[in-house]
This record gives sequence, C-alpha cells and structure tokens, in this order.
Amino acid sequence: MTTLPQSTHKKLGLAIDLDICVGCHACVINCKEWNTSNYGAPLSDQDAYGAEPVGTFLNRIHTFEVKAADKPAQTVHFPKSCLHCDDAPCVTVCPTGASYKRADDGIVLVNESDCIGCGLCAWACPYGARELDAAEGVMKKCTLCVDRIYNENLPEIDREPACVRTCPANARHFGDYADPDSNVSRMAAERGAVPLFPEQGTSPVNRYLPPRPKADIQTDGDIDILAPFLDTSGNGNTASGTSSTSAKGLLGWLDKALEAI
Amino acid sequence: MNKHIQPDLDTSPKVSDEIRKTTCYMCACRCGINVHMQDGKVKYIEGNRDHPINRGVLCAKGSAGIMQHYSPARLKAPMKRVGPRGSGEFEEISWDEAFQIASDWMTPLREKHPEKLAFFTGRDQSQSLTSYWAQQFGTPNYAAHGGFCSVNMAAAGIYTMGGAFWEFGQPDWERAKMFMIFGVAEDHDSNPIKLGLSRLKERGAKIVGVNPVRSGYNAIADEWVGITPGTDGLFILSLIRELLAAGKVDLEYLIRYTNAPYLVNCDPESDDHGLFLYDNDGKPQVLDRATGEPLPFDQQGVKPELATNYTHKGTLYRPAFQLMAEKYLVDDYAPENVAERTGVKPDTIRRLAAELARTAFEEEIVINQPWTDFRGEKHDEMIGRPVAFHAMRGISAHSNGFQTCRALHLLQILLGSVEVPGGFRFKPPYPKPVTGHPRPHAKPVANSPLNGPHLGFPQGPEDLAIKANGTPARIDKAFTWENPMSAHGMMHMVISNAHAGDPYKIDTLFMYMANMSWNSSMNSRGVMDMLTDKTEDGEYVIPRIIYSDSYSSEMVAFADLILPDTTYLERHDCISLLDRPISEAEAMCDSIRWPVVEPDRDVRGFQSALIQLGAKMKLPGFVNEDGAAKYQDYADYIVNHERRPGVGPLAGWRGEDETGSGRGAPNPNQIDRYIENGGFYMDHIPEEALFYKPWNKAYQDWAVERGIFDAPSPYTFNIYVEQMQKFRLAAEGKGELQPPDHLREQLKMAMDPLPTWWQPFEEALVDGEEYPIHALTQRPAAMYHSWGSQNAWLRQIHGHNPLYVSGEIWEQHGFEEGDWAYLKSHHGEIQVPVVRMDALNPKTVWTWNAIGKRKGAWALDQDAPETKKGFLLNHLIHELLPPKGDGLRWSNSDPVTGQAAWYDLRVNIRKAPTPDNLQSEPAIAPQKSPVGQGPKNIRYGEDF
Amino acid sequence: MHPAPSVIVFTALSGLGFGLLAFLGVNVPDVTGMTAFIFFFIAYALAVGGLVASTFHLGNPQRALKAFTQWRSSWLSREGVFAVLSLCVMGIYAACLIFLDLRLPVVGIIGSILSLISVYCTSMIYGQLKTVPRWNQPLTPFLFLAYAQTGGALLSGQVYLAAGLMVLLMILQYAHWTIGDTRLAAAGGTIEAATGLGHLGKVRLLESPHSGTNYLLREMAYEVGRKHAVKLRVIALLLLGFLPCALLVLTAPGHLSALVAIVLHVAGVFAARWLFFAEAEHVQALYYDRHRAA
Ligand SMILES: Nc1nc2c(c(=O)[nH]1)N[C@H]1C(S)=C(S)[C@@H](COP(=O)(O)OP(=O)(O)OC[C@H]3O[C@@H](n4cnc5c(=O)[nH]c(N)nc54)[C@H](O)[C@@H]3O)O[C@H]1N2
Ligand SMILES: Nc1nc2c(c(=O)[nH]1)N[C@H]1C(S)=C(S)[C@@H](COP(=O)(O)OP(=O)(O)OC[C@H]3O[C@@H](n4cnc5c(=O)[nH]c(N)nc54)[C@H](O)[C@@H]3O)O[C@H]1N2
Ligand code: SF4
Ligand code: SF4
Ligand code: SF4
Ligand code: SF4
Ligand code: SF4
Ligand SMILES: [Mo]
Repeated sequence: MTTLPQSTHKKLGLAIDLDICVGCHACVINCKEWNTSNYGAPLSDQDAYGAEPVGTFLNRIHTFEVKAADKPAQTVHFPKSCLHCDDAPCVTVCPTGASYKRADDGIVLVNESDCIGCGLCAWACPYGARELDAAEGVMKKCTLCVDRIYNENLPEIDREPACVRTCPANARHFGDYADPDSNVSRMAAERGAVPLFPEQGTSPVNRYLPPRPKADIQTDGDIDILAPFLDTSGNGNTASGTSSTSAKGLLGWLDKALEAI
Repeated sequence: MNKHIQPDLDTSPKVSDEIRKTTCYMCACRCGINVHMQDGKVKYIEGNRDHPINRGVLCAKGSAGIMQHYSPARLKAPMKRVGPRGSGEFEEISWDEAFQIASDWMTPLREKHPEKLAFFTGRDQSQSLTSYWAQQFGTPNYAAHGGFCSVNMAAAGIYTMGGAFWEFGQPDWERAKMFMIFGVAEDHDSNPIKLGLSRLKERGAKIVGVNPVRSGYNAIADEWVGITPGTDGLFILSLIRELLAAGKVDLEYLIRYTNAPYLVNCDPESDDHGLFLYDNDGKPQVLDRATGEPLPFDQQGVKPELATNYTHKGTLYRPAFQLMAEKYLVDDYAPENVAERTGVKPDTIRRLAAELARTAFEEEIVINQPWTDFRGEKHDEMIGRPVAFHAMRGISAHSNGFQTCRALHLLQILLGSVEVPGGFRFKPPYPKPVTGHPRPHAKPVANSPLNGPHLGFPQGPEDLAIKANGTPARIDKAFTWENPMSAHGMMHMVISNAHAGDPYKIDTLFMYMANMSWNSSMNSRGVMDMLTDKTEDGEYVIPRIIYSDSYSSEMVAFADLILPDTTYLERHDCISLLDRPISEAEAMCDSIRWPVVEPDRDVRGFQSALIQLGAKMKLPGFVNEDGAAKYQDYADYIVNHERRPGVGPLAGWRGEDETGSGRGAPNPNQIDRYIENGGFYMDHIPEEALFYKPWNKAYQDWAVERGIFDAPSPYTFNIYVEQMQKFRLAAEGKGELQPPDHLREQLKMAMDPLPTWWQPFEEALVDGEEYPIHALTQRPAAMYHSWGSQNAWLRQIHGHNPLYVSGEIWEQHGFEEGDWAYLKSHHGEIQVPVVRMDALNPKTVWTWNAIGKRKGAWALDQDAPETKKGFLLNHLIHELLPPKGDGLRWSNSDPVTGQAAWYDLRVNIRKAPTPDNLQSEPAIAPQKSPVGQGPKNIRYGEDF
Repeated sequence: MHPAPSVIVFTALSGLGFGLLAFLGVNVPDVTGMTAFIFFFIAYALAVGGLVASTFHLGNPQRALKAFTQWRSSWLSREGVFAVLSLCVMGIYAACLIFLDLRLPVVGIIGSILSLISVYCTSMIYGQLKTVPRWNQPLTPFLFLAYAQTGGALLSGQVYLAAGLMVLLMILQYAHWTIGDTRLAAAGGTIEAATGLGHLGKVRLLESPHSGTNYLLREMAYEVGRKHAVKLRVIALLLLGFLPCALLVLTAPGHLSALVAIVLHVAGVFAARWLFFAEAEHVQALYYDRHRAA
C-alpha cells in the first residue's frame, strides 16, 4: 500500500453535530451548487424532470429512527459526506492513481483527468461517500471544498467549505484534527465523538458528535413539581394527584402577594 | 519508490465576475443572498453574511434557486386559453392584448358592480400594493392567503398582545433558558429558527418540542411532548392551572402591563355584561387597593386589586384576573383530567409547569438598563423571565386554533415573558395595539375606490362586513357572524362561494400566486370541478379567471388569461414596513429584490403589470390628473409612492439628503442605496428602547420618529379580550346588531373573552370509532409547497411522499414494508404507500405537504414520481364540515377567524393491495403543458 | 452488489481463459500446430474477451492504460499488469509452439504461473474489500483459482482431473457460501454499528436521503431474496459440478459429452458468478437500511 502518505501535516475535516442537525438538506444543495460549477466536472442529473431523476451529490442526509425499549422513539438526522480517512481504502484500490490523499492537509481527492471510472474506490468506501458521475464517467466525492478553503479570491471568513458556511443550524464545523486545540478537536473531545464505523479500519478524520441524552419522560416522578399555594403542609413535593385547587385559596394568597409588591 | 505523488491544484480559482446582492424568494423567509454572476449567468448563490435574517446561511431551497430560476416550467409569455378550462391548452399573446382583455373584462364591472371582481393574491409579499390596487378598483373582495394559512396565530397574537410570532416577533434566542416550540415543522422563519435553536443549544438552554411528530426541530429538542392533535389548548390551560394554583405568575407584570386588573361587569342582566368599567374619559378602571376607589388603569401610583367584588352603581364588577383564575382553577383542567385527551402524562404536565416557573422566576435575568414607562415611572433595570415560546400552524390550523393561540399567549403573559429579556420580543412595526389597526371595509360604490382598507380587526359587531339585508358583503363571507374576526379574509372559500353564487355571483376571479386548483385548496378535485362547471347555457359558472403565475402550475390550466410573472431574480420587489418587513427585535429593517438578471422571455413582474393595468383602467392612485400613468413600473412606485406624507414603501435613505429613516421625501436614488447596502436597510433600536416596547417611552418616541406611528401608542395586553365579549353579548340577544339564531350558541362558545378549548369540529361531528385517526401534513424543509417539484435538485430529495403511520396503528393493521393503504375521511378516500414511524403520536398519521402533482404540470414527465406515488391529503379534507342534520353546512374553519382547519382531519386506514402500477389514487387526468417538458439530462455548471 | 453483466462476463471468462492458459503453459494437452492454435485461440478469446468486457464497466475506457500504473497498491492495477504480462509471455510461448513447433518449457511455466497470478489478482480485487464482507474471506482467492483450474482442466480435455477439480470446486463453493453467509455479521455489519447510534437503541432508516435512487444504491444495494438465492445455489452446483461431473464419469469420453460438460459447467460458472455479486452485501447499504439480518 504505497500511495497513501505516511502521515499528513494537517488533518482537515468536519465535525458534524448530530445533536443539532435538523435534517434540512441545506448543506446537500449548497454543496451541489458550489461543486457543480467549480472543482472538476459538473455534478450532472439524469432524467432530471422525468420518471426516475437521479443525480450526483457529494453529501447526503439520512434520517434514522432509534428506539430503545421503554423510551419514546427518537429521530436522528445523519449527514454523510467523505470522512477523509487516514487509512483510506478508496485510495489504495485505485488502479490509476486518480484517487489520492494530499500529504499536506489529508484531503482525499480524485484527479478526474486520470480517473477511468472503474468504480472500485466507491466499492472500497464503507460510507457510501463516492458517486460516479453518469455524464462524465468519473468518480466524484467531497473535496472538502479544496477550492474554497485556500481560495484567495474569497474573503478570509468565507474560506471554509460551502456546506459549513450554509448550515443554518451550525451543525457542521471545519477544522484541523491534527491540532489538538482546534475547534473540531476540542468539540470532538468534549462531546465524546468516536470515529464512524471503526470496524472498517479506515481511521476517518471527520467526527460525529453524538446526540445529547434526551430528557427522559420516565423520570417525571423524580422531579419537583409546583407546590400549590393552598397546600397548607407547605411541603412542595407532594405529587398530590388531583389537588383540589380552588379560587378561594387563590384569594388569600393574592392578598399577601399583592401586599408584597 | 514510496514517494507520494499528487497533482498541483489551483486552490484559488476565480469564483465569479461579480456578486449581486438581493433577497431570496424560494420561500417567504426572505433571506439575503449573494448572487455570483459569471459571463452574465447565475453561477452560485450563497447567504449574505450581513443580512439580519439569515446572517450568511442559506437553506436547501435557497441554494437551489439556480434551478428554480432556470426551471423548464417557467411561463414564457402572456397566454389566453384556447381549449376547455383545465385542459392546459393556450395560445401565447402579447402584453398589449393581455391588458386589453383584462381591461375589457374588468372596467365594465367597476362601472357598475365593483364587487363582481374578486381579487385574491395568495402568497403575496406585496400586499400593501395589491390591497391598494383593489381598494382603488373599489371591490370589497380582496385578501391574500392568510385565511387558509395561519390567521389564528396572527389574530390571536394581535388581539392579545398587539403582535404575533414570526413576522411580528421572535424569541429572545440570545437569552432564553427554556424554549417551548408548539406545532412547528419549518415555519416561515426557516433560517432564523434554525440559527436560534443552535444558539440555544450552544448556551445549554432547554428546548421542548410539542408536536405529534418527532421530526425536524422536534427531533433535536431535549424533550418531546408527542401531543394528540387538536388538544394543545387543553394542555396549555392545564399548565396555566398549575401555575395559578402555585401562585407562580408575575403579578407585578400583570398589574402594570395587562388588563388583568380591569374591572369587568359581572351582572349577567346588564347590557354591558362582560365589558370593562370606563370613566368619562373612556379609560378602563381598576380598583385601587389604597383608596378602594376605581381609578384609571394608567394612573401613576395606582395599586390595583386583582381579586375583589366591587359594586358600582348597583352593578357588580370584578377584575379580569379573578375571572380568569376562577375559570382555570377547576378540575376540568387538572393534569389528570386532560391527560387522556392530550396524550400527555399528568406528571409531565406538572413537571413542565414547574420547570417553566423555576426558569422564569428563579433564573430571572437583570439588565442594568434604566428606562421609563408610559406612566412616566422610571425603572433602574430590565427584568427578564427567560422562558420563550414559539408556535405555528400545528396549533393554529384547527377549528379551536384561535383560542389555543390565545391560551399560549396567556401563558406567556402570566409568566411575564413577553417583551422582556429572555422572552418573546416584537419586531417593528410591532408592537401595535389591536385598536391601532384598521377595521374592515366592504362598501363598494360604482366607479369609486372602496371606503377604506379591506382587512382589519373588528372591534365589535358594528365592524362586520354585512350588508343592510343581512347578507355577507364579501364573496368569502369574511367578517360575518360565522367568523367575525377573519382578519386575513378567507381565500379558501372564494371558489366554492363563487361557484355557489352565495352570497352573490361574481364575474371575474383574478388570482395571483396561489395554486388554488391543487394544494392550496381543500377538496382539490371538487375545486377543479367548480372551476370547470358550466351553466345550462354553456357558460362557465365562474365566468372569467385571470391568473398570474411564474410557472406552469396546476392552477394555470384553469385560467382564461395568464399574466406570466418573472422569477425572483428578474424583478423589483420590496419587503416593506407597510406590509410584513424583515425587521428584527433589535432593529427596524426592510429590503428589496432587483433584477440581477434580465428576463429572457416575454414576462413581467406581476406588480409592474398590475400598476400598468391599473393605469390602463385609469384607477385612481395609478394615474395623474391628466390620466397619464403615475408610475411606470413597480420600481417607480416603490420609490415614489407615499402612503402618508413622507412615508412610503421603503424606510431607508429617504429625503433629499438621503438620511431619512422611515420618514422623508421620496429619494430617486433610494433603490441604488439599497443595492449598495446589500439589498436591505437596517436601523437599530436604541438600548433604552430594546425591551418593554409597548410601554417603553423611549421606544414609542423612536417609533414615532421612524413613521411607525404618528403618535405614541402605548397599550396593555389583553388577557381578557373585551371585543370578543361584544360578539358574545350580541349572541345573548343584547345590542342592535344581532346574529342569526343558528349561530348564537357557536358565538357564545367561540367568542369567550378568556382562552378556552373545545373539541375540534370535525372530531365532534364524525364517529370517533369510524374515524379514529388524526391525519396531518408537514412542510419538508427542502421543498416549498408545490414549487419545489420543478426543481431538478430538490425533487430528487422529495419526489414522492409516503404516509407515515404510527407504530401502534402499523401493528394493529399488520402493515409491512412496501405496503399501501386506503385512507378514508368523511369526504373521500385515497390510496397511498405507507411507512412506519414510531416517533409519532400513536393516534396519528402524517405526510409531507404538496408533493403530489397533477400529470402534465410543472414541465414534468407524465410518469414523474410526484404524479404516481406522490399524493395530496387535500382530497380528504373538505371546506365544509359533514352535515350536522340541521340542514346547514358549516364551514371547516375556526369560528372566530375563519382559519381553515386543515389539521382537524379524521380518517381511518385499511390495508390496500399494492397497485401493479404503483399509482396513488385519485389520479387526476393530465393537463397539457404550455411549456413542454424539461430536458432529459442536465449538467448545471458546465459553462463555468 | 449489482450483478453487472460486464463484471460477471469479465471474471468468468477471463478466469476460464487464464485457467486454460495455465494448462497450456505446462503442455497440457500436448499439442502443436493447428490444434495448438485452436486451444490458444480459445484461451486468448476467453481471457481477452473477459478483459475487454471489463472495460464496459468503465466510465472512461479511453484512459484504461492509466490502470497499469498503480500496481504497487492496487489489485485492479496488478490484475491488469499480470494479465498483460501473462498474455505476452504466453504469446511468445504459443507463437513458438504454433509456428516454429518450438517448445520453450521455461517460458511456458512462467506463463502458467503468471496466468494463475492474474486469476489471483482478480480474486483479490474482490477479496480485499472489507466493505464487502462476503468476499473478504480467505477462501475467495482459492475459489477463483479453483474455478480457473477446473475450467482449464475441462477445456484442456483432462476428464478425470476436471471431474476431481469439480468435486473440489463444489466443496469450496459451498464453503464460500456458508462462510460468506456469516461474514456480514462477523464484520459488525449492522445499521447500529454503521451509524454509531446503537447505544441509543435499535436503529432503522426513516427517510432515505432522496426519494429516488442513486449511483450507490444501483451499484451496491442489490438484494436477492433468500429463497431465490437457495434455488440458484442448487442450480449452480448442479450445473458447475454435479451434472458435468456425472456426465464425464458415467459416459464414455467423447467430444460430444465433453462439449456438453463444458456448456453445463460454464453455465454453472455464470450462475455462481451472478450469485457471487448479487449476494454480496456492501456495508454502505447499511446506511440505507438494506441487508438487515432476517
Ligand atoms: N420549507 C418550507 N418552509 C415553509 C413552507 C414550505 O412549504 N416549505 N411553507 C410556509 C408556509 S405557507 C407556512 S404557513 C409555514 C407553516 O409552518 P409550520 O407551522 O411549521 O408548518 P406545518 O408544516 O403546517 O407544520 C405544522 C406542524 O404542526 C404539527 N401539528 C399538527 N397538528 C398539531 C397539533 O394539534 N398540535 C401540535 N402541537 N402540533 C401539531 C405538525 O406535526 C407539524 O410539525 O411554513 C412556511 N415555510
Ligand atoms: N393538506 C394541506 N394543504 C395545505 C396546507 C397544509 O398544511 N396541508 N397548507 C396551506 C397553506 S398554510 C398554504 S400557505 C397553502 C399554500 O399553497 P399555495 O399558495 O397554493 O402554494 P404554492 O404551491 O406555493 O403556490 C403558489 C403558486 O405561486 C406560483 N409562484 C411561485 N413563484 C411565483 C412568482 O414569483 N410569481 C407568481 N406570480 N407566482 C409564483 C407557484 O408556481 C404556484 O403555482 O397551502 C395550503 N394547503
Ligand atoms: S445543513 Fe446542517 S442542519 Fe441541515 S442537514 Fe446539513 S448538517 Fe444538518
Ligand atoms: S470516506 Fe470513503 S471516500 Fe472518503 S476517504 Fe474514507 S473511504 Fe475514502
Ligand atoms: S473510479 Fe477513478 S478514482 Fe475510483 S478507483 Fe477507478 S480510477 Fe480510481
Ligand atoms: S466540504 Fe465541500 S464538497 Fe465536502 S460536503 Fe461540504 S460542501 Fe460538499
Ligand atoms: S429560508 Fe431558504 S428559501 Fe426561504 S428565503 Fe431563506 S434561503 Fe430562501
Ligand atoms: Mo401558509
């Protein structure tokens, strides 16, 4: 396996926050929009207005439902684009050298003029992050917006991937995982992010920040409830069933409360 | 050997030739966009970072704007119908001919019966122009889409607190510590809500989603309350009961800023029963604790009672607060007693009440900012109650929606969290007292403008739009006893009323931007029949239909004359303070669109066409004294029209020196200034005026300077809406104006001046055993109603829509993956594919809205998935309720506002055999496409 | 995986072709002149035909030459390199044999070894893919080699060797299927693992990223019904081994029975190869909730 760089100076990638992704597909379309008229061949669409429209996208949002026994089911939106793996199998299988991982920043790219469109790299990717463009016959994948992040024709603040810039929920963050103090490294550490599908041994750079635990409705019983003002016991913690509240109790309380104002 | 070889990349390619900044219109959120142009073509669209609405982000629809702009479904030229209605057969004509036809149809109406023109403008962002035009024409029949959209939300907000969610206000995203969101899928404030939710998460605030469906915002909420549809009112009133019972309400706030202490006539025999006690100056009275005397509510130093019996001239009066407390402190609202209906456990209700109280009162925010209130009292600080709420159609699109929205506002007010730090905040031109709005006007006079604005907020029966003979003055029957406060009109009733000739026949139906034959109507097939129905002599029952659309929609096929609009990148527009601007809680803002590309077809911006048509018909306001056109086009109007002296459509850069904000003479360079500034104008509210706006002297003065008001207009919130009681009094037989007898009971129930809850009408009328299931729709974030399907990128995401079925129903019926089902309501039956969803209220099914399409529309293939598997729930919903057996057909609307009750739908479900052709039913016969079909394959971006 | 005709034809035919070449290189059968020409022609037709078929799978076949460059890391590249090498070496061997009647045993042996290495490389294109656990098992190269050798033996007329190899092949194929059936689970191939959401509960796809299809689904989310697969497996075993084997052993050797046996076997190879692809579960399809254990 000779063509992966031994190591890269930077490990640029994304941190994707599953706790806030609302599944809006904004990143999907902005990615398509940027990339169809920038790096490489356009991202084509077949049968665009027909019975079976199908096109090339570099980023897609899945929606999962997760159910644990005795808890209400939970919905998780799950964006998926290339994770720019350190041990990228898609690179090593490539017969032409078109697929490569950049030594300086770790971005995994396809050099389209070398690509024969054999599809093997897409077979080798466990995440489904590569799509062969049907019109151009070359492999397309997330470029980490390599033509944005260093682009001197863009204002500095815009030198980030299109999907990150557009995400309305701020669920996508871009940074350097080689730097332990970077935004993404810190977020990943704080939120206990783990690499996706480690069984596949790809050492992905991108990290997913897991959904935070949900307030569990089962715990209702343990939580303080309001003490009715007419509860003479003065003990606030009575889960008193149908407390027979009445307007009479209110009057006495109001009188005192208004005095205090 | 091991050397890593990699190509040299140009990492700084040219991005574009030029950026043109304008406003998105892939939905009504109105985000700022940077349109990157290369070789005269749109290359890339991104969010404008400086823009107050979206601060740089852009949603999927916004990014897909390119595909919308180059859509193959764009209309190319004006057209007149040559085939039968509904067929889609047209002939292209010139604009001169189109105007001539339109004028030949409408001018005679104006000369005799202006009301025979019904002008309804759908998803209109230029209502201040279109309403002005309708007013100049003289027809009472004008409204936009609010009646079928969310007038409950808007009207409840305005009657209760002088403003509403979304356009008129927003949560304090930066300070709220607990946030509850009710019945929202996307809402209009698409990007701001997402930006806001993300800020809440960053700050560790708690988000609670109340929604039968746990998707979108509810998926990321920290807690999900999977409420049963139509029961939010009960749930909220139960929260209110718990708060009242615990004394966890902000009494000081209630006393100072609301009508809680106002004395209410409690003598059922009195003609003024339920109305406030006023002094001779017309000021509502409160009972002063110090003196035991009634005093004006706004008297300095007054210390009002909130619970007392006070007899004045032999009549018993009690404070509104007390009436409220007595109403809710009963067992009906106890958590145990609402649990079954709402599907929310009693403990959950109690805990949420406790969390709200704790956050509001124990996590109080204090901002050290002195301010002065309208009574002249000075305050050293601003106290915040950091609980914020937001809600939308999930609570408003029910027949109990108005009162449910009111209940939510009451909850906010009891917690003291409106217009305070951490709570809910208004956006200029709001807050505005309900009495500061126009009242409805509906008296047509031949050849003259209407006697005043069409729409408004009735203050009592005298404001109803009813003719002397007791029949409705408006074709949509808005502002009648059936729905007295229909503040946005009732566009959804226009076609069926016009078809029935009830209350009268019309001649020309002129519509703009509403797909009325399809997804924006209930009973879509019935509507198609009404539009094509003929009288015995072979004429169409609705004689003439003029329609403006930009695209080959379903509605186009049903019009006789088509005025083709441009796309949003090709025209001038203004998002005006006279209408619904893009303001933020901290700034007054408005914005424009301008042609960043010129149309390559024979199309015109509808607003320009309307202005030109107005001039051709010599409508006052559109011609000068010499009869010449007053405005050339919309851009000319935007700059030069003045509503009041010095106040026009745009607030920014007014006056000769271009420094006027809100006020100032027209400035011929105004549009250029907007373009230079990125397409919008923003004027920050001073620090001292940032909160307590309805009562804050500094805000009131600032607003007057900006032309928002002509005089300071402070007011108090209405926990008790006296205007509603006036209608109730009439229902009780008091007063001169009397409702028809059959409506008395409904009015007594509906016009309760205190929020209340009743069972949704459809639910009450159908057999619960026969139709045990609630059926809903939701907006998908990546689609806008019907428009999205013509978009090559978006339609790949939502090309068809399954019916999501709760796990419970799924198992009960033994559904399996890939199954189909019959879904039946009292009105009809559809056949659709089903998918299981567990994160769903067990009694509920739902689907994405408006994905199903008619064959032949939108330049799509006849076999497009939208037309095959895609379906509309609308076929099951009817604009009328099932018969009650009283010989009358009641409308499927909220009895206060007339809002269409989309989400009251009740259905049953059965397994269906999987159809061989995988075609959903009903399948409507195809329409011909006047624009052909879109190309097979596309590669957008290959030119760059 | 989508059982694309081009890859089925490629792997099946080139396997047979290189299998036959491997025999021819060691002088089995011992032929020269015209007969040799016919044998080599068949072998080349199969091997080259297979390779050509493989280019139908390419998006940009005109750049196919670039595929020879990455032999250091890529099995596909190696496969190309070794295929060409073996075809060249065997070409020299065959030319000498046919036209000069000259036998160059060393060249032949080298050619045979190269042919087998080509087959091995082909097998490793699939066998290396961790993403397709069914393929990613040690038996895969043996299976491919067994197919090649059985076909080679059959085509080169080695009746009893062929029959023996067929038995071995049936065992191997059966083992490959049986082990293959456990591989996805062994590789942790669940939607919970793929999404990393397993700690929250059972995961299922609620909504696909798009309502239609995409390249990935077309290419990698193929599913065959369990029943259908079992039926096909039986048919494949019958065709590729049982029937031809019985035919060869039970009937008198002759051209007709050999031809029938070959036809049966090749049909079996295609059936088995179709299954090889169709049954292979790609882990990325887990994100689309495909391949859920029944
Ligand atoms: N992307 C996108 N954005 C849009 C639109 C669009 O088409 N696409 N349309 C725009 C328009 S016109 C409008 S009016 C707004 C509407 O914006 P929303 O109000 O967000 O729209 P709906 O999709 O109608 O969502 C209603 C929500 O209420 C829930 N719901 C239904 N019944 C009940 C109930 O009884 N109680 C509770 N608590 N929840 C309930 C539904 O599950 C759903 O989540 O969106 C606007 N924004
Ligand atoms: N079942 C169900 N039905 C519903 C709802 C629901 O929740 N459930 N929601 C209801 C609500 S809240 C609403 S607001 C309606 C929305 O329903 P509609 O208002 O009918 O929505 P659209 O599909 O957006 O249709 C507007 C029309 O405007 C056209 N258009 C787009 N851009 C332009 C333009 O620039 N100029 C012109 N002239 N025309 C243009 C489009 O082509 C389309 O034909 O649907 C209602 N229908
Ligand atoms: S834009 Fe952000 S929130 Fe929307 S789907 Fe993408 S990652 Fe999720
Ligand atoms: S995610 Fe897939 S395409 Fe991207 S580097 Fe990893 S293996 Fe390669
Ligand atoms: S498709 Fe292109 S990039 Fe992928 S392996 Fe083949 S040649 Fe390499
Ligand atoms: S980094 Fe760029 S290419 Fe990758 S998903 Fe985001 S927008 Fe697409
Ligand atoms: S929310 Fe999206 S579609 Fe709507 S205006 Fe903003 S960017 Fe455009
Ligand atoms: Mo709406």
